[in-house]
Amino acid sequence: MTILVQRSNQEEPQSYNVDLEGVTLLACLNHIKTKIDPTLTYSHGCRSGVCGSCAVRVNGHEHLMCEYKPNEGDTIEPIQNIRVIRDLVVDSSQLERFNTVASAWSEKSREGNVSEEEMSRIQTQSDCILCASCASACPVYAVNPDFIGPFALTRVWRYVHDVRETSSDAKIAAVQINGIWDCTLCGECVPVCPQNIAPAQDIRMLRSKSGMMGYQDPTMASMFGGGLDFGAPMF
Amino acid sequence: MAKVLIIGGGGAGLVSALSAHEAGAEVIVLSKTLPTRSQTSMAQGGMNAVLGGDDTIAHHIDDTLRSSAGLGDEKQISFMCENAPDAVRWCNSMGLPFSRDESGKIARRRLGGASAPRACYAQDYTGLKLLHTLYDQCLKAGITFINERFLLNLIIDEETNRVLGATFLDIASGEAEEIRADAVILATGGYGAIYGKHSTNSVHSSGDGLAAAIRAGAKLADLEFIQFHPTALKNSSILISESARGAGGYLLNSDKARFTDELAPRDVVARAIHKEMTKSGAVYLDIRHLGEEFINHELPQERKLAQIYEGIDPVHELIPIKPAAHYSMGGIEVNAQCMSSVSGLFAVGECANHKTHGANRLGGNSLLELVVFGRHCGKNATEFGAKNPVPALENQQLAKDTNFIHGVMYFTNQIDFYQKQEMLANIFYNNVGLVREDMGLKAVLGAIRQMQKELPFMGPKDKSKICNTNLVEFIEFGNKIELAEIIVVCAISRSESRGAHYRGDIPARNDVMFGAHTITWREDGVLCADFIR
Repeated sequence: MTILVQRSNQEEPQSYNVDLEGVTLLACLNHIKTKIDPTLTYSHGCRSGVCGSCAVRVNGHEHLMCEYKPNEGDTIEPIQNIRVIRDLVVDSSQLERFNTVASAWSEKSREGNVSEEEMSRIQTQSDCILCASCASACPVYAVNPDFIGPFALTRVWRYVHDVRETSSDAKIAAVQINGIWDCTLCGECVPVCPQNIAPAQDIRMLRSKSGMMGYQDPTMASMFGGGLDFGAPMF
Repeated sequence: MAKVLIIGGGGAGLVSALSAHEAGAEVIVLSKTLPTRSQTSMAQGGMNAVLGGDDTIAHHIDDTLRSSAGLGDEKQISFMCENAPDAVRWCNSMGLPFSRDESGKIARRRLGGASAPRACYAQDYTGLKLLHTLYDQCLKAGITFINERFLLNLIIDEETNRVLGATFLDIASGEAEEIRADAVILATGGYGAIYGKHSTNSVHSSGDGLAAAIRAGAKLADLEFIQFHPTALKNSSILISESARGAGGYLLNSDKARFTDELAPRDVVARAIHKEMTKSGAVYLDIRHLGEEFINHELPQERKLAQIYEGIDPVHELIPIKPAAHYSMGGIEVNAQCMSSVSGLFAVGECANHKTHGANRLGGNSLLELVVFGRHCGKNATEFGAKNPVPALENQQLAKDTNFIHGVMYFTNQIDFYQKQEMLANIFYNNVGLVREDMGLKAVLGAIRQMQKELPFMGPKDKSKICNTNLVEFIEFGNKIELAEIIVVCAISRSESRGAHYRGDIPARNDVMFGAHTITWREDGVLCADFIR
């Protein structure tokens, strides 16, 4: 089987012949690195889909290498919208930056009983492994590199929607700029998530919550020109 | 303000970071990867704590002590179990989404060796959700993370036996660098990756912290005790959580008959499986009778992984399994304050030996240990650092390590270290695994010493300075063979069977001779070992 890998030191993808069948893409790359070309560089860890290290693009679609079985002629590239350090290794500091900007954490979570149903509301969102596949698939970064992005916004919704959370005001405030209103709700982030999270849906929920708290879509507000508001902040 | 340097960004490192921050320290966390990519993310089963009902803390202590086979320290175990309910409350207060029972309380399940259901869990993602919750809290606290740094050595003032800081390889730039601090906490995880494809661990669990600690003059304890998880997928050694058996899963032999108590402690179950595999060639885990709905809800990871790696659906088919290296009970020798034999050098979590697991760890006690001792260690390190600020001393460690990083590129590369690494994994699984014998252990020791001599004929083939993972993997291999030698020396010295250390040639336990910890250290480069009570 031939697989092509886009490397950082050459224009054209490098082609490797791998004599393996039925194994994951990660197993193929491990074979290449240890037997054929030790300079091939990529990230991996748990090999079981939970550490979030090994997201790449295969023929233009995001996959975890440890969960994807390659086919003849597949082209492997690093994920997008993130700085490439070498070959398939990207700079993960962006994940820290966006989660920090978005205040994606619990302020204080109360004790006491919580029903199974209430807890299951945030189950999927808290399955996130921070692999950044969603950010790679997101078209908004092409126009706004400071967009907080799908994984951080899902994480904010995970805390806002947690019934134990005592205060979510600061979090909602933190995602108004470069956040929920910059998303086009195109849904590209949804099918690429290896954990079946739907960030676009979570962003929709954050918009609705923001609306209830009195925030408005700034893009809508500016459509009225803003010059003549006749004393009302917004029509 | 004390400056505390934490090496390792897994659960133990992040809990220590929060605790040191709360105690007023300036905290820096250095990590080989992004913290959320650490081994902790792979923990599934749960975190033990007695939260009322018929269960009591005394039972939790008894179960842990019994499983430890004489090597658990009752004081340390009591400290852990008594602080467990508060540890769970603390995690809940940060937003860890614990699964709930019908009445809305934190749900608990029974794991092997436990006399009651007491493992608090978040589906089969307990470690993942704990790790991410901790990471989020660290970002909130403004803790400084420096990622993609590989620990090279600790900086030691030999005259005073005091740690001054540590040296690292900046993986992205390829440069060696140093960080000085008033106290250093090692939270670098276990050494299961020595077993390679026969381990459930992340490829990064290469014991870097333990290897650096013994090079720095610290003592290690009980390295021969490595837990084998009974149920890993046969081809890939990917973990199938104990909760599958806790929920009623069966172990079947090749005749599809049950052959053991599925909920006995891990060492007992793993050896029963090993015996059955030697006899009949195959062992399976059967969870079909639990039903699709239950499996999807409680064991979704397991179902997905069995489909990818074994090509079978556990809802309808048997899961082929084998025991695989899973947890390092041995670790850096520490006192009740989590400080090693080097002044100012602390260790916590799997890389440390807190004497809570002894010869065999109970499921659900490792996440608990890292939370309870992480909180303790962060505070103690801060207090130590505040009382004993680090002296500004000249030290040659960075110069030496810079030379090494340059020099290693000139190693001859006539021997392929990846091949040797695979060989090490295989001979370890077969001879330093579930059943050990003097002859096999000595043969492995010979092979390791040969590899140590051959190191200058190996080396990285990739000569790039930028993000050279071939270089990182070579240094990891060096750490693995450094520890492999110690593990085998310990296993040869312990001429008895106890917990996870089972000698086929000496199946009896011998408390008179070996009811003690195997302590190892280096003196002028020579490896020393002694049994100390």
